Amino acid sequence: MSDRFEPVIAVLCCNWCTYAGADLAGTARMKYAPNVRLLRVMCSGRIDPAFVLRAFAEGADGVLIAGCHPGDCHYINGNLKTMRRFPQLKTMLAQFGIEPARVRLEWISASEGDVFVKVANEMTGQVRALGPLNWKVRAAVEPVSGLAEHHAG
Amino acid sequence: MQTITVDPITRLEGHGKFDIFINDAGEVENVYFQIPELRGIEKFCEGRPVEELPRITQRACGVCPGPHHLAGTKACDGVYGVEPPPAAKRLRELFHCAHYVHSHIAHFYALAAPDFVLGPHADPTTRHVLGVVAAVGLEVGGAVIKARAQGQRIQAILGGKATHAVCGIPGGMSKALTNPAEVDEIKRIADDLVGFGQFTLKLFDDVVLGNNAYVDLIVNGPYSMRSYYMGMVDDAGRVALYDGTLRVIDADGNEFARFDPRKYLDHIAEHVEPWSYLKFPYLKNIGWKGLTVGKDSGVYRVAPLARLNVANGMATPIADSAYRKFFATLGGRPVHATLANHWARVIELMHVCERIQELIHHPGISDPDVRAIPTATPNEGVGVVEAPRGTLFHHYKTDDRGIVTRCNMLVATGNNNAAICMSIRDAARGLIKPGTEVSQGILNMIEMAFRAYDPCFGCATHSLPGEMPMEVRVRAASGKVVRSFIR
Amino acid sequence: MADKKLQFAIYWAASCGGCDVAILDVNEKILDIAAAADIRLWPVAMDFKYKDVEGWADGEIDVCLFNGAVRNSEQLHLARLLRRKCKVMVAFGACACFGGIPGLANLHDRKSIFEAVYGYTASTVNPEGTTPQPHLKVPEGELTLPVFFDDVYSLSQVIPVEYYVPGCPPTPDTIMTAVTAIVTGSLPPPGATVASDKSVCHDCKRKKSDKPTIKRFHRPFEIVPDPEQCLLEQGFTCMGSASRGGCGALCPAVNMPCRGCYGPMPGSLDPGADALAAMTSILAASDDATVAAETARLLDPLGTFYRFTLPVSVLGRAPKAS
Ligand code: SF4
Ligand code: SF4
Ligand code: SF4
Ligand code: FES
Repeated sequence: MSDRFEPVIAVLCCNWCTYAGADLAGTARMKYAPNVRLLRVMCSGRIDPAFVLRAFAEGADGVLIAGCHPGDCHYINGNLKTMRRFPQLKTMLAQFGIEPARVRLEWISASEGDVFVKVANEMTGQVRALGPLNWKVRAAVEPVSGLAEHHAG
Repeated sequence: MQTITVDPITRLEGHGKFDIFINDAGEVENVYFQIPELRGIEKFCEGRPVEELPRITQRACGVCPGPHHLAGTKACDGVYGVEPPPAAKRLRELFHCAHYVHSHIAHFYALAAPDFVLGPHADPTTRHVLGVVAAVGLEVGGAVIKARAQGQRIQAILGGKATHAVCGIPGGMSKALTNPAEVDEIKRIADDLVGFGQFTLKLFDDVVLGNNAYVDLIVNGPYSMRSYYMGMVDDAGRVALYDGTLRVIDADGNEFARFDPRKYLDHIAEHVEPWSYLKFPYLKNIGWKGLTVGKDSGVYRVAPLARLNVANGMATPIADSAYRKFFATLGGRPVHATLANHWARVIELMHVCERIQELIHHPGISDPDVRAIPTATPNEGVGVVEAPRGTLFHHYKTDDRGIVTRCNMLVATGNNNAAICMSIRDAARGLIKPGTEVSQGILNMIEMAFRAYDPCFGCATHSLPGEMPMEVRVRAASGKVVRSFIR
Repeated sequence: MADKKLQFAIYWAASCGGCDVAILDVNEKILDIAAAADIRLWPVAMDFKYKDVEGWADGEIDVCLFNGAVRNSEQLHLARLLRRKCKVMVAFGACACFGGIPGLANLHDRKSIFEAVYGYTASTVNPEGTTPQPHLKVPEGELTLPVFFDDVYSLSQVIPVEYYVPGCPPTPDTIMTAVTAIVTGSLPPPGATVASDKSVCHDCKRKKSDKPTIKRFHRPFEIVPDPEQCLLEQGFTCMGSASRGGCGALCPAVNMPCRGCYGPMPGSLDPGADALAAMTSILAASDDATVAAETARLLDPLGTFYRFTLPVSVLGRAPKAS
């Protein structure tokens, strides 16, 4: 067993393209890093930026957002909304001290199992290099019940 | 050593706090006046777009958010090197004056008047604003509530809201005063306020100046301090509240310094003590010499008395004649009697009421041009105004996108920190002598020493002016409390 | 006793005092409040005896309006004490509800705040690196100061809270709605927020289009806005659609964008995420490069979108330096 850090990568993806793509990768026995955890939504446009924050807060070391290519969204423009939100989300995460490489947006179609594999492996490597995010510990708010009682004497 | 600790019962809730230590001879050995809270605004302003700072830094204090908003806005003008159009400056000054109306009325009627209308030795349970209303009449109470509300109303018209207004913007004001109904409303308010200012001056005359014991208390009580004074003046040397030159005089009335407020770092520095969260500003060219007073100590004072002391008059007629009477009565400029701050405050109230009237009748008050669009690369700016409680400095530095890299704030009450400590100490020393029974009356008298400054720890903590209930514990050398007073 | 007056306490913690001034701003209606309730504690308006509070029986006070965030040991102590003494606890104002603007200090910690305030700020001269000490021996005895925490807390993060009255400060109307509900016994179920359930946009008089789009973002000082048109559609970062109404849309009325002092909309997962989505989703651009270029003009998403809410957000704070 190696001591290598195994990051957790949350993949928030659209049902119609990327999830199908990942599925394809699986059935075709293409190997991708076991670090990814797929979380399926109906459309990438449904990915509230809060989901990404929640993923980091609950232990993810990286978050991949993935949806249909622009023009292919089953709900017409859900992915355009995602595209418009993403750069600001990344900037905001950086302000929180979460490195830009920990979050990524990709368009992956149902037939692009290979792209999914490539992105998943690449991102796992990048995040592994950054080390654990460990948000719960690093940004822990002191539990107030444990705070020293007031000095009142 | 036996110690008396004057400790506000609010020590557990973040207000100011004093400890008075009494030595074996029964004399006051030392007094510590502590500010127990801090918010760290200077730090979390880093990284913010500079134009947001007037909306952020004012949360230092909801008692004087208006002056913070304006000092921040002026600092933003400086950061972008932009000059607001004349109408914008008029609106800012109008807003500033309206803030004074609210603030000075609240202080004088709710916090200062009880000492004079009811007397410093009155029972503390009735020695409050309702007691004043009972003494001078219910209709006065109504007039006071109305006038304060009118000050708030003008701020709300111009700033969107009375507390934490949003109108200040680099290069101007967010909205012009083009609505005729609003102009008319402010005109009516202005007439009322000028009447109210005169009423207040007369009340001060009748109640305080008409009573020899009070005049004696002001002039000869244990409340005098020969310090330096700082305040803003206009080109003619008169009191200026929104914009002007800073003037510092020594205790003999000689000019010590006169400078562009933006050069404050050449003249003022701040010292840190481990027993207070509030820093101690001092005159840099003299230096910090501890809590001592005199020519060799850099301690200076700000706020109404200081402003009147450094100036040679008021810019409006009724206030100016009150100014002349003030110095004629109190023996010439400068006046060192700390309690004279109350009178000076009433004169300033008169001034801002007159000034509101002048401004709202200015032909250019409704000029729609209230914005100059910045074009220069942002860099650094200092904004200074006279807040009701003294000179207020905001200093912002940015990168070339206008993102704040450094923020420094020197708050009004902060300037007086050292002086307040000493005034309390001196009052305590003057009043507590070996064998003195520390009574409620004595505590009131000590409290009057800091109430005169209208100390607003909202800026440093969050305590409203003058509200400093306290507990006195007389402790034996062992530290055991042998006697305790609460008020 | 049917005609026993309600017992009120009003308290401030890490507060600017603006919430108390806001209560004074109900003006003559303050007398109605005084007629319906005994105000047993209100540091701004009356002498306050800490020992009195300790001496109250548990639950003796009906309602406490608590304003200000919690950021030091004294405030925490008082919050806990008042919780015991008061039947209904109301988080009053943005600071108590969400941490408020002081909550932006959660981008830092005690150490870095002290380094700024007592260190490198331009006018500070402190060669010895003195900082305030919770316990200090002086020649005459010992002095104490409250402990400054690393974190800023909203009230409900330290004690259970029944109601929320948002705003920075709450408007007089909001205050009278809350007080009237308390006095007439018509309070909503616990957990409720006393404000609108609709957004600020709902109350805003500016003209909105059905399908709003933004071509270009502007900082407030960069252009003069059209006085009638929705500010967001003109490219200003107005948070009205992601913010709970109740103020009457005061800021847009004077041409300034809303910063969300009434907090997030009901059901929100994260206040900043909502504002971010509201602001960027309606950009006109549909290609990566233009989107990136346009949104790069929003310089401070964190400080803007969490202006009043950082402590209650999903991420809560930035990691501490140490
Ligand atoms: S909510 Fe706003 S007005 Fe109230 S205490 Fe906080 S900063 Fe001040
Ligand atoms: S986004 Fe702002 S300006 Fe537009 S309608 Fe909403 S509150 Fe009004
Ligand atoms: S418009 Fe927004 S920021 Fe302004 S008072 Fe209303 S909720 Fe608060
Ligand atoms: S359905 Fe795949 S992104 Fe909308």
